[in-house]
Amino acid sequence: MSMSHAEKQEAFRQGLLEHRILIQTQVPGIFGHAAPFDAVIRKLEARIDREVAGEAERVYFPPVLAREVVRSTGYMENFPTLCGSVHSFTGDGALHSALVERVKQGGDWGEFLEQSQVVLVPSACYPLYPTLEGELPPGGKLFDLVGHVFRHEPSDDPTRMQAFRQRENVRLGSADEVAAWCEGWLQRSIRVLSALELPVRLDLATDPFFGRGGRMMKATQRAQELKHEVTVALFSEERPLAITSINNHQDHFGHVFGIHGADGGYAHSACIGFGLERIALALFHTHGFELEGWPAGVRDALEL
Amino acid sequence: MDASEINQKVRQVIAEHAQLPADLPPLEDQTNLYEVGMASRASVNMMLALESVFEIEFPDSMLNRAVFESIAAISEAVEELLG
Repeated sequence: MSMSHAEKQEAFRQGLLEHRILIQTQVPGIFGHAAPFDAVIRKLEARIDREVAGEAERVYFPPVLAREVVRSTGYMENFPTLCGSVHSFTGDGALHSALVERVKQGGDWGEFLEQSQVVLVPSACYPLYPTLEGELPPGGKLFDLVGHVFRHEPSDDPTRMQAFRQRENVRLGSADEVAAWCEGWLQRSIRVLSALELPVRLDLATDPFFGRGGRMMKATQRAQELKHEVTVALFSEERPLAITSINNHQDHFGHVFGIHGADGGYAHSACIGFGLERIALALFHTHGFELEGWPAGVRDALEL
Repeated sequence: MDASEINQKVRQVIAEHAQLPADLPPLEDQTNLYEVGMASRASVNMMLALESVFEIEFPDSMLNRAVFESIAAISEAVEELLG
């Protein structure tokens, strides 16, 4: 009897935990990384380092972001259920007692907190755009970054983590420069990932926009072919796992943050995001739980 | 509601919600709104405003770019939904 998608997913989760690749925490979708998983992620990062070496300016941002960016980019209109908002206690002694009492009882203590200036970064490139207000140099810019991101979507599916890392390259420039860069990465991402002997496919995709307005956003995104995903069919052909995405934002961020091209118009932007945990999971699923048993070609490509 | 009244109301919703550049020449019925600068998010707000003004609900099958790309296309969709 063949297993369903959910059964295969659960068997994979059990295997990852039993082979001490991932470490279960108290929260669904939040995992510790044990040594083999950590090693593979480091090697993946090094592989991407070799791929993009010398092309881009490397930058780093912490995993929190000005909450103002959520307002100005329309994130709450589009993805309200995913946003992780940071709140802290700012009250006096009397309120503190009530807070402690509530915490001890195990209840929801949210009402005692005040919203802070930050939210958890929802996509690794978000902190970059607000820093680029002004005019780009001729030919635009290319950045390389890695960051922790948070998406509030608790699930037992090990491939749908709530907190994970994205390695991104971000291109800013004219509409033509950005479109050509995306086009190039469609091929290049497939080449890089198929060298890891993963059965990858390139799919047209949409972001999980919320609600009725979201249906239209998705239709528009799809009609304009703005998002592509490199996918691997881990548990079923119908619901493949996206391990990397290539996203053309057109002038969305340029417009919101006042980023201009050398021609004076709003800059276009695009990013490629490698989902490091998901690529690692696809590797363990495809090649087995023991790193020593992985095919020689994969071990060579990753310098394992 | 007759066709010219629908057309006028559609134009009013576009003026309020499509966030088009201020220096555009007057819109023709066939002008492609996306080509003259309507962003996706603005088109969603326009869609929601059309539903409220005309007291209609666009079915999922109509929530696509082609339906909202011009005054003519929008008016045709609204007429269809008003029956």
